[in-house]
Amino acid sequence: MAEAAGNGDWFAEAAALTGVVRAFRERDEAVLVAERDALLPLMQTLRDDPRFRFEECMDLCGVDWPQRPERFEVVYNLLSVSRNCRVRVIISTDEKTPVASVCHLWPVATWWERETWDMYGIVFAGQPDMRRILTEYGFEGHPLRKDFPLTGYVEVRYDEERGAVVHEPVHLDQAFRTFDFLSPWEGMTTLPGDEKARRGAEGDEG
Amino acid sequence: MTAGEAPASASGRRSVEVDAQGLNFGPQHPSAHGVLRLVLELDGEVVERADPHVGLLHRGTEKLIEYKTYLQATPYFDRLDYVSPMSEEHAFVLATERLLGVVPPERAQWIRVLFSEITRVLNHLLNVTSYALDVGAITPALWGFEEREKLMEFYEAASGARFHANYFRPGGVNRDLPDGLEDRIAAFCEPFLRFVDDLETLLTANRIWKQRTVDIGIVDAATALAWGFSGPPLRASGVAWDLRRAQPYETYDQVSFKVPIGRNGDCYDRYLMRVWEMRESVSIIQQCLAKMKPGPVRIADSKITPPPRAEMKRSMEALINHFKLMSEGFHVPTGATYTVVETPKGEFGVYLVSDGTNKPYRCKIRATGFAHLQAMDVLARRHMLADCCAIIGSLDIVFGEIDR
Repeated sequence: MAEAAGNGDWFAEAAALTGVVRAFRERDEAVLVAERDALLPLMQTLRDDPRFRFEECMDLCGVDWPQRPERFEVVYNLLSVSRNCRVRVIISTDEKTPVASVCHLWPVATWWERETWDMYGIVFAGQPDMRRILTEYGFEGHPLRKDFPLTGYVEVRYDEERGAVVHEPVHLDQAFRTFDFLSPWEGMTTLPGDEKARRGAEGDEG
Repeated sequence: MTAGEAPASASGRRSVEVDAQGLNFGPQHPSAHGVLRLVLELDGEVVERADPHVGLLHRGTEKLIEYKTYLQATPYFDRLDYVSPMSEEHAFVLATERLLGVVPPERAQWIRVLFSEITRVLNHLLNVTSYALDVGAITPALWGFEEREKLMEFYEAASGARFHANYFRPGGVNRDLPDGLEDRIAAFCEPFLRFVDDLETLLTANRIWKQRTVDIGIVDAATALAWGFSGPPLRASGVAWDLRRAQPYETYDQVSFKVPIGRNGDCYDRYLMRVWEMRESVSIIQQCLAKMKPGPVRIADSKITPPPRAEMKRSMEALINHFKLMSEGFHVPTGATYTVVETPKGEFGVYLVSDGTNKPYRCKIRATGFAHLQAMDVLARRHMLADCCAIIGSLDIVFGEIDR
């Protein structure tokens, strides 16, 4: 998507801000990887500084990478209507460490943060309203985590005898079918034993 | 309501304490547009606080998509905002194409723009008419739904389905438009403009309609930006922002259209935005029809798009490609993208993360209405209870999208 010309080199200036660990462009989209502790001043600058003026926080979400030491990424997608450009700010955290809430900068962040809490269990410090938002009242667990099964743990039905809605452990008549498509034929580009073939080819030449 | 009466004071006056009254608006209220549970704190009939409870229609779309191939994930987008299905698909398809690094052929882009605009009319017709229904006018709904039916026939002709089209695919569209459809759409345009004029005679200058909507739920530009508004509600507040104009995708840079901007940011302006957008959409539809040329509607890469049916019956290679595509799907290079489109409701975005496999690693759906509904508290505060219906109607919220 085309960005307006005449923006100056705002991206280089944004990359030099305190708290930015890494700045790069991915498919023409500006990405800033930032330190968690420096998030609030950084966001404040991005919103208020006339060089950046990101007035809108369009999206805020979590991404789960269980194999990383800090398993969660929190991704902020900001939009500057006056300068017609976007930036993505990414920070990382784990289950326990709270992330500073940006709801005082952009009130719209409240529901995004509630959703991220609901789906991933990421805690936002300074967020006055940390209720769950999308899952049902009294839900346990954080469904978008990679270790949360697709089928969930609980199923709900109406019980005629008791005249009430009951929650029971989920029962599947057929196991959930998931296919491994990372087959040696398609997904893997190097196979076990490839190094021998390579060594052999080199040997032939030598 | 509980009322505690204080003893009469020396001056003979009594002070009466009235507690705020709680009221559940929905989840089965006809003008809650679906399953909104709005918990209202009322002082008499005046709204003190509005707390929308959402999630009653949560289906775990984002989780499900993580377990589906990219091709299988597209139909879920029809079921998000079921009033503008193809626009939602558009965002996901564009995001996938961005990660794949492919650009669809020109005719496919024109078809997508064409159907995005048909979808816009489809959406605005439903919103304007049912919004009028919410504040007491029945006739617009009766009129509007007839026109909607014609548009859904175009949907059906192109995709085979009236609602859940699954028509836009990574690399193009599912199939070319059937013979004669372009003429039928062209024939629809002129009479429809007259219909919009007729529709306006019912509402725009209507005294009751104006009493119910003018100066109700005013948002100024700064508030609208802070609350993440986009689309008609943002433009009604006077911010000239339309993604089709500001960050054009597909062939939007080759069509000319006006972007209506409001001045007051009230419910009436939001209504006017939509009516004007319908006219502009018809103009874009006509331009698309004029500029479309015959040609392929899918990229030729058989690793991404399935081969033609006829070829599949004769060529072994094509059969294998088809089978692999439909079972395994295509692998998408590692990366992430936040891709947006201007849906009828506003900015609809998909934050798509790929880890190089055939399934999305993460697909965050940025629902337009989610941000709009959140501002309900700001919009409805110190308004009468009945104004809530007008405000909800003017925000154009659909719960399939908000709850995901």
